[in-house]
Amino acid sequence: MKTSLRRAVVPGVAAIALAASLAACGDDNNNASDSSTGAAGGSVSGKLAAGGSSAQGSAQQAWMAAYQQQNSGVTISYDPVGSGAGRTSFESGAYPFAGSDAFIANPSDEYTKAKQQCGGADPIEVPDYISPIAVVFNLKGVDSLKLDAQTIAKIFNGQITKWNDPAIAQQNSGVTLPSTAIHTVHRSDDSGTTQNFTEYLSKAGSGAWKSPASQTWPSTNGLSGNGTSGVITSIKGGDGTIGYADASQAGGLGVASIKVGSSYNAPSADGAAAVVAASSLDPSATDNQLIYDVNRTDTSDGAYPLLLVSYLIACPTYSDANTASLVKGYLSYIVSQDGQKAGASNAGSAPLSSDVSDKATAIVAKIAAK
Amino acid sequence: MSLTASPEQTPTGPPESDSGSPARRSARLGDRIFAGAALGAGLLIMVVLAGVFIFLLIQGVPGLSVDPSTYGQGFDNFWSYVAPLLFGTIFISILALIVAVPFALAVALFISHYAPRRLATPVAYVIDLLAAVPSVVYGLWGGRALAQALKPVINWLGDYLNWIPLFKGPASPNGQTALTAALVLGVMILPIITAISREVFAQTPRLNEEAAIGLGATRWEVIRLAVLPYAKSGVIAGIMLGLGRALGETMAVTMVYSSSPKFTLNIIGDTSPQTIAANIANNYSEATPDKQHVLIAAGLVLFAFTFAVNFIARWAIGRGERNLAR
Repeated sequence: MKTSLRRAVVPGVAAIALAASLAACGDDNNNASDSSTGAAGGSVSGKLAAGGSSAQGSAQQAWMAAYQQQNSGVTISYDPVGSGAGRTSFESGAYPFAGSDAFIANPSDEYTKAKQQCGGADPIEVPDYISPIAVVFNLKGVDSLKLDAQTIAKIFNGQITKWNDPAIAQQNSGVTLPSTAIHTVHRSDDSGTTQNFTEYLSKAGSGAWKSPASQTWPSTNGLSGNGTSGVITSIKGGDGTIGYADASQAGGLGVASIKVGSSYNAPSADGAAAVVAASSLDPSATDNQLIYDVNRTDTSDGAYPLLLVSYLIACPTYSDANTASLVKGYLSYIVSQDGQKAGASNAGSAPLSSDVSDKATAIVAKIAAK
Repeated sequence: MSLTASPEQTPTGPPESDSGSPARRSARLGDRIFAGAALGAGLLIMVVLAGVFIFLLIQGVPGLSVDPSTYGQGFDNFWSYVAPLLFGTIFISILALIVAVPFALAVALFISHYAPRRLATPVAYVIDLLAAVPSVVYGLWGGRALAQALKPVINWLGDYLNWIPLFKGPASPNGQTALTAALVLGVMILPIITAISREVFAQTPRLNEEAAIGLGATRWEVIRLAVLPYAKSGVIAGIMLGLGRALGETMAVTMVYSSSPKFTLNIIGDTSPQTIAANIANNYSEATPDKQHVLIAAGLVLFAFTFAVNFIARWAIGRGERNLAR
């Protein structure tokens, strides 16, 4: 038994080692050839390992693929470990940049640590990923609903318990609503989606939502699911369920249109991007930061204020010149119009408006070697 | 067909010593090396355990006194935060034991005493295979397939047995309940308890069983009078191993049922008590540094609790063995 095991394992290990060394050789070759020829986007090469927000995960996949194609000497990896873990790794210096669903508030311990890591300079924070959040439901015989923020808040805080409640019925004349009980579904994990959804409810809900915005769902009632896919599974699994999820993941479920001003708008990429572009900056923002205090009560035409903004966090200076040019190159690509289009077509996100994209590009352009 | 598998093969004492043979001297070096390796392995386990404990202590203690807003969901200190989670951990694990233990003992007895040899081996093999299924697969199966299949059962329990606190309802619409999780967890710990129980059942002294048969006992009486008392401490050890697995199981409970940190006995409602392991898995990736300390402190509580359970179990087994020997 022992010998046969060894017989099986040893060649396998040897093969892996061989493959790894060959791959390493391959990388070196690429590096050499490309740094001499110089691909589009400047002659950068090397490796960059970062991570953070899982919401950005699929968009990062698209960006990495496109950027590595343009610069074949570059290897970038993005580990969707979650925003909190991403920020922690950035603050400890393990990641040169991080993706996060929340910007690092100033002042806070985290901000101090990030500043220290950046050699005393204010860290760079720019938006790179905007996604409309959809209110999704599974109700037999009903495909679409119109809801205002106050009704959504009352549904999620348990004040409205039946689908044929007058508050819902009066906004949906012509829809036959059953008397099924409403079961709300929330994220069981801490998430930026929950943070943005509760922020929307507390700011736009006309006082119906009492709890402050938080990553953790504030109540212990209702169904829950782990991650976006867990929420979608929970909703699909039962009649009369309603929850919230990234609009790109809502396939096959009913999607509610939310009341904006006097009309009802379905989730749309343009509407979400427009709201961010029209929002004011957070008062704590320095010149290195493009952090938004999203206007949840935007009433302009076509706006969709229920959205998630995710940020890139980086340093303005890096002690290693190569790291600086890599981070600068990659981040510039992400916030560029091209990068935003790639993200939109692959992850269903909302591309930054040209104004926001320009501002973010100007900030990222500051990145330099120390 | 004999009652036990093969009593003749069971060694009745230490193997005969062959001291004085020429091979003996060269074997001494091997003995010493082996003894050293065994000692080293034993010590290494202690070091690893101590390492885990020290890590939890260093990283977890700051979590006991962070800003109250870090706990969220209305908890104002660490103990009020961890109490419902500890309750959930114990509650779900006990439910899993209630599901698994009767089945495991029945299957073990079937394999060791009832089944013909031709059937016993494949059944034992299939049960062992259950332990090889990754817990994430159990999680997917439990949360999607089993939950959907249990919907009618859960609705029926909610309609007709809602006077029992466990089935108070109202029934969950999608079947992702603590009842589903307990069944999945029960299946996961079944092979552990079965494997250990059937080994101790098979080791029952042949003489005891034959004496019982000689007194005119039926097969069930043989098991009740000769097999079960003899196997008691081994069976308890198996149950404790299963309980340990259930207490720490993460993926299956995270993925199968909808949970929140709360005290409730209702296992078919929209939401049921969350376990410590599921809470850590759910929240660690998005946690701020302070919240990470809190989560690790919760892990420390689970570590201490599991340690205490095992300690008490050892003590109970030891006492049982002394009673048996008397």
